[in-house]
Amino acid sequence: MSSVCFYFQVHQPLRIKPYRIFDIGHDHDYFNDNSDTNLNNKKILHKVAEKCYIPANEMLLSLLKRHPEFKVSFSISGIALEQFEQYAPHVLESFQKLVETGRVEILSETYYHSLASLSSPKEFARQIHQHRQKVYDVFNLWPDVFRNTELVYKNSIAEEVGKLGFKGMLMEGADHILGWRSPNYVYASRSDNFSIKLLLKNYRLSDDIAFRFGETSWHEYPLTAPKFAHWVNAHNGNGDVINLFMDYETFGEHQWKETGIFNFLSALPAEILKHPDNSFITPSEAIMHYPSVSELDVPHPVSWADIERDLSAWLSNPMQYDAMRAIYAMEEDVLRTKNPVLIADWRKLQTSDHFYYMCTKWFADGDVHAYFNPYTSPYEAFIAYMNVIADMNLRVESAPKYITWPVVMKKIQEFFNN
Amino acid sequence: MFGWELPPHNSGGLGTACAGLARALTMRDIELTFVLPRKVPIDTFGYRIIFAADQFGRDSSYIPGALSPYATTPGGWAHGIKGTRLIQGGTFINEVERYKIFAGAYATRVSFDVIHAHDWLSIPAGIEAKRVSGKPLVVHIHATEFDRTGNGNINQYVYEIERMGIQEADRVIAVSWFTKNILVNHYGADPDKIMVVHNGVDVPSSATISSYQHVLQAHRAAGKKIVLYVGRLTLQKGPDYFLRAAKDVLEREKNVLFVMVGSGDMEQQLIEEAARFAISDRFLFTGFLRGNELGSVFTAADLFVMPSVSEPFGIVPLESLIYGVPVLISKQSGISEVLRHALKVDFWDKDDMVNSIISVIRHQSLHATLSSLGRQEAYAQSWERAAEKCLRIYDSIKEQSITTV
Repeated sequence: MSSVCFYFQVHQPLRIKPYRIFDIGHDHDYFNDNSDTNLNNKKILHKVAEKCYIPANEMLLSLLKRHPEFKVSFSISGIALEQFEQYAPHVLESFQKLVETGRVEILSETYYHSLASLSSPKEFARQIHQHRQKVYDVFNLWPDVFRNTELVYKNSIAEEVGKLGFKGMLMEGADHILGWRSPNYVYASRSDNFSIKLLLKNYRLSDDIAFRFGETSWHEYPLTAPKFAHWVNAHNGNGDVINLFMDYETFGEHQWKETGIFNFLSALPAEILKHPDNSFITPSEAIMHYPSVSELDVPHPVSWADIERDLSAWLSNPMQYDAMRAIYAMEEDVLRTKNPVLIADWRKLQTSDHFYYMCTKWFADGDVHAYFNPYTSPYEAFIAYMNVIADMNLRVESAPKYITWPVVMKKIQEFFNN
Repeated sequence: MFGWELPPHNSGGLGTACAGLARALTMRDIELTFVLPRKVPIDTFGYRIIFAADQFGRDSSYIPGALSPYATTPGGWAHGIKGTRLIQGGTFINEVERYKIFAGAYATRVSFDVIHAHDWLSIPAGIEAKRVSGKPLVVHIHATEFDRTGNGNINQYVYEIERMGIQEADRVIAVSWFTKNILVNHYGADPDKIMVVHNGVDVPSSATISSYQHVLQAHRAAGKKIVLYVGRLTLQKGPDYFLRAAKDVLEREKNVLFVMVGSGDMEQQLIEEAARFAISDRFLFTGFLRGNELGSVFTAADLFVMPSVSEPFGIVPLESLIYGVPVLISKQSGISEVLRHALKVDFWDKDDMVNSIISVIRHQSLHATLSSLGRQEAYAQSWERAAEKCLRIYDSIKEQSITTV
């Protein structure tokens, strides 16, 4: 018996416009580029909606109608939801229609698709809460399975997530963690008090669709639904759940329509269901139905990015560390302003994509990753980001600040110490 | 191989490039003879050097050594690097002509497979050698008349020589796609005939302490950041854009020293402009430096800026990176095709230039990333790679000439 668990990530960052030294102190609209470049957030959202979200949602809806056994799940970042509301309400409606079928689960994540889990557990919790609330408002659901930005995972993060009451969490089925073990079972996190269940991405099968589907040099090209279903069937008898995790933009945006990706998706559920032992399952069902086979000890962070499956896409060169340090260094001061606009801007700057654009790892090889970078160089991305940080610091300095409990406690302590 | 100059008797990048390529080709077991018009003492690295002037019974005093392939200014090529009018055009043309006659005579005496001529001054010699020997000709374009004049008044005589060379050549080597485009658009060259071979860079021997180093280290110790310009002070190189950007930088960052290394026809103008902007105390004009002295300036710098208006290749940014100094280069250059770990701006976009300079000054992390990754990239840009491509070009035309005979 094998259950196929689909999870699609939906996310669009708010890209920073080419923000120069001269803008510091004058211009506080960091994300309103209206040029013809890929820094124009509205333009990108419309493009991706047209190429991916709308046709893919339509297809999923018809598949859900055709196959009562079919199920999928999504994680949609808060800023993606905000942008849908602002620029493309019809896209949001099409997601709502999917959820209304009752067979589409929405997962929890950080509202701002941030890396707060690495820098500030408190901010991490606040963003998860904000996202849960948003999902509840938009979809009338209260998610209880968590997926962290880019599947970033380690023991301590799972512990934080467990404390927040989640039943399970998604993770990359990285070879260096699993060793001989299979990703096709449910595992448990390593924690004394807050152990939660883990679903591990089957990266081979997932990436066959997400990355290799349209690659004509791939020896399995072309990938057909029967072929893929055959690979899934091969796991029958030695796995409980096959987790196919990928960016939703795979359909129509990363893999263009011309590759036949939509035909593939359209045919896939029927092909998988041909085998009597196969079924579809959502993450919360998988966590409920299957026992964990063992505990995974992950002291160092893993993610679903690149061959390294580590944090190097966001944190490997001095610029990235510097930018990350700078944004979290202002945490306390920003929050003390209680200025909702300022705080929202600060959080929008935490989105992982900003750090990804500063990555120099593949840049030297002219890798396909350049495709995902709207800036002409990581240096340009860094310069714009740090100029914005400088403006943020000016705004924070000039804003009135409220005394918070930690500050009060500190003052009291100082008083008694003296 | 026909050239015009070799280090240390070079006035700029052409000599450096010729020497780098010649040495790398020699290491690939190519038997190379480098022909120069005038006799000057030169260190060679395994290849033979022939001086045309020798053959005419003249010594190195023949034509004052200031004749430059970079002769610039709107007035045309009959100016030397110091900006003084040297000799009448007739005499100058005579030297090019004499070089050509020698090349013809020499080519009948020796045996060889390929002729390789660098830039316009050597082109007539290359064509003549091809005429008498029937051997294939490679014309290597390091700079065009359009670059030298900053797209201003081109000299028709020089343009005609370049055009003829491109036409007569079996293969043309351009130092960048930037240059190839100029050849196609302004010279009507057949794009299929033009191969792009990017220049390499030599790793310099360690810099010795010079007088400038003490001055600059003192500034550094006082907390100043040093922004460096290295190049001839002439229209093509955009030193005026550097100066105007510096003025704006200083309005925001007081603790910066701008160092301009080089000489040229705009030197006076630049010094006066700095005075007019009241930033002279933030400027250091060193004049022309070479070798170790230049190296010591590099070791003190925080950022190197190349604001060229039109730069066929641009070897200095690579040298800068070898010293670990990050570079800001104009997009109107061949080197911007090669370097990824560099800041790039349009030469005319002053605001972008100011923005980039200030960012490097303010963010040590940006400096560190550009420096370490840029350095790796510069090391990879070797003359061996350029020589390898040249060998493939030689092979392709040798086969061709055999089949056509």
